[in-house]
Amino acid sequence: MKAAEAIVKCLINENVDTVFGYPGGHILEVYEALRKSKIRHVLVRQEQAAAHSASGYARVSGKVGVCITTSGPGATNLITGIATAYMDSIPLVAITGQVNSTKIGRDMFQEADITGATESFTKHSYLVKNENDLPRIIKEAFYIASTGRPGPVLIDIPSDIQAAEIEKLVIPETVNIRGYKPTIKGHVGQIKRAVKAISESKRPLIIAGGGVLLSHAEGELLSFVEKTGIPLVHTLMGKGSLPGDNRHYIGMIGNHGFSEANRAVAKADLLIIIGTRVADRAWGGISDQTNEEARIIHIDVDPAEIGKNVGTHIPLVGDARTILTQMIDRVDRVDTDEWLKELKSFKKEHIKRKKEKAGSIDPKYVIETISKKLDDNAVIVADVGQNQIWAARHFEDKIGRRFLTSGGLGTMGYGLPAAVGAKIAAPDRQVVAVVGDGGFQMSLYELGTISQNNLDIIILLFNNSRLGMVRELQDRYYGKTNAVDLDKNPDFIKLCDAYGIKGVRINSDSELEDAFETAIRHKGPFLLECVVDPNESTIL
Amino acid sequence: MSRHVLSVLVENQSGVLSRVSGLFSRRGYNIDSLSVGETEDPKVSRMTIVVRGDDYILEQIKKQLNKLIDVIKIVELDPQQSVFRELAMIKVNTTMETRASIIEIVSIFRANIVDVSNETLTVEMTGDESKIEAFINLMNNYGIVEVVRTGLTAIERGSRHIKIQTRSEEE
Ligand SMILES: Cc1ncc(C[n+]2csc(CCOP(=O)(O)OP(=O)(O)O)c2C)c(N)n1
Repeated sequence: MKAAEAIVKCLINENVDTVFGYPGGHILEVYEALRKSKIRHVLVRQEQAAAHSASGYARVSGKVGVCITTSGPGATNLITGIATAYMDSIPLVAITGQVNSTKIGRDMFQEADITGATESFTKHSYLVKNENDLPRIIKEAFYIASTGRPGPVLIDIPSDIQAAEIEKLVIPETVNIRGYKPTIKGHVGQIKRAVKAISESKRPLIIAGGGVLLSHAEGELLSFVEKTGIPLVHTLMGKGSLPGDNRHYIGMIGNHGFSEANRAVAKADLLIIIGTRVADRAWGGISDQTNEEARIIHIDVDPAEIGKNVGTHIPLVGDARTILTQMIDRVDRVDTDEWLKELKSFKKEHIKRKKEKAGSIDPKYVIETISKKLDDNAVIVADVGQNQIWAARHFEDKIGRRFLTSGGLGTMGYGLPAAVGAKIAAPDRQVVAVVGDGGFQMSLYELGTISQNNLDIIILLFNNSRLGMVRELQDRYYGKTNAVDLDKNPDFIKLCDAYGIKGVRINSDSELEDAFETAIRHKGPFLLECVVDPNESTIL
Repeated sequence: MSRHVLSVLVENQSGVLSRVSGLFSRRGYNIDSLSVGETEDPKVSRMTIVVRGDDYILEQIKKQLNKLIDVIKIVELDPQQSVFRELAMIKVNTTMETRASIIEIVSIFRANIVDVSNETLTVEMTGDESKIEAFINLMNNYGIVEVVRTGLTAIERGSRHIKIQTRSEEE
């Protein structure tokens, strides 16, 4: 059997039914094998989108996302997507073609050292040197990508290796990598200490991060919160870890979070940090005011995150879901009534409808409204910028809903292709891509993929004719702006029309409900363009 | 910032060295020296890495190294319980007048002369760093042409040894 066919068999063995990719000269053998297989190949329009789509697919399906490209430029185009997935710990396997193995290092046509180039943001990578290693490598790659702290793994396969003959395909049943044994269960002694600290606390608070969602611990977290009565805040990546209408839910922390959530962190006497590295964006605006006396329990599957950005008193290494399960039986209710009352008193009225600005729409009102109208299992994908923060702050979390965004790298252009992956993973769920006019244009080419596959995605475009978030920063710091003006934007409705995608443009709040109903009812992709005032602010 | 000697067992395959050294440079850790070679098991290499940093940095270095899939085990060597050695080769200028005194110093240091020419002597010596530094200092008086050092390598004293098995559990 040809190695390329073995590769495809190994993929099927890993339960892969969909891959995102773009072909080329050094991956021909694999594409020929794919043609003969039952795996669905989604042709993107630029390789970066293949990685983002695989990421959206992974986050919605709970499986490992797979992207495939050719060598050289195909591989280097993947880089931003791989880095984006790495920063958000998304399980991906990226397969790249490579020049003939005997010619590597000679600067051949379309040769690029992609394992070297991606070294700092892949969890692991392989340059395949012998076709007989392929079954083991692919098995390991999926295992590494999906276990412990998930992340992208890259497999670079020279063209001669793809074409080589494998005598007999034997796919290993198990993986044994002596340097890789992630800790899943929490240390019992530490769990006891954590439980004791919880029982001694008066103002305990949970900070939930993306790790909660990655380990599918939402259910356990809800039980834990209900049983203990401990309130919860979350990071941007932790959005969705607890339903927004739960009485223990306080809100999102961070630079762009809610002040009551940040104040809660500052006032707490015990922080239970779950599945987050608490990076600068999340800790910003709090670190200077946190309670010095507060004790910290840090639960993370990656031991290197513990003690990296915030000090810890009780480290708990392991999988969030497993550890929460271990803890639930041991914890008792904490009397948090006073504490909760205090926290609720911090809460301000958020949606103060400002006076309507003529010819523009209030983006916060838009998100609030669509949040009410969308299904309880809808997926919303936010790009990066003001649009992202509007979406994160005003889209209500419910059990089953999913909020996707590029939190770690903050990659503009993530939204549209990630929505493609999400829709393909869950064709029956509503998928909305929230994008700014800047980020939309960074992935505009994906309109082709969306149209070709007739993906029923609502593209919610906030068109403020600016790189809004940067405009705001420049205004604040310099009082002047530079290079953020997108005034000569194309007519996006016409543009979508050229792709056969329907759309409407609205510029007043009163048009929103009808327009959104139309978007929901429409079968197939739909652009809803909301004209936003260029000076609209992110938070206020 | 204190100095620490880490003994790191890694899979003996291509790319490992670049992964380890890349980790140090991109996370801004200071590395004094790194030496690497095969172990009693040909599939495993042992790196001896000398790093500088406070407790926080050292802990991060160990944890980040542990995250590399190819890293099997990391042990920080206790200077009291270990033998540290480095090999240095030093080429010094000589004249008829200075040769004898150089040879005398070489023998005091139990170093070896491995090459002689009309103008130079090449000395090979092993020792811990301070011995090598001291020797180099003395040779400076004669004019050093070239110094080549391997970087530190180290082993534990007595019957203690680093077993090659799976990576040790964190904490
Ligand atoms: C690839 C990339 N380039 C640059 C940036 C820096 N950046 C962050 S937000 C932003 C503006 C985004 O503008 P737009 O997409 O129109 O969204 P808005 O903020 O107006 O909602 C920029 C340029 C980034 N995050 N990603």
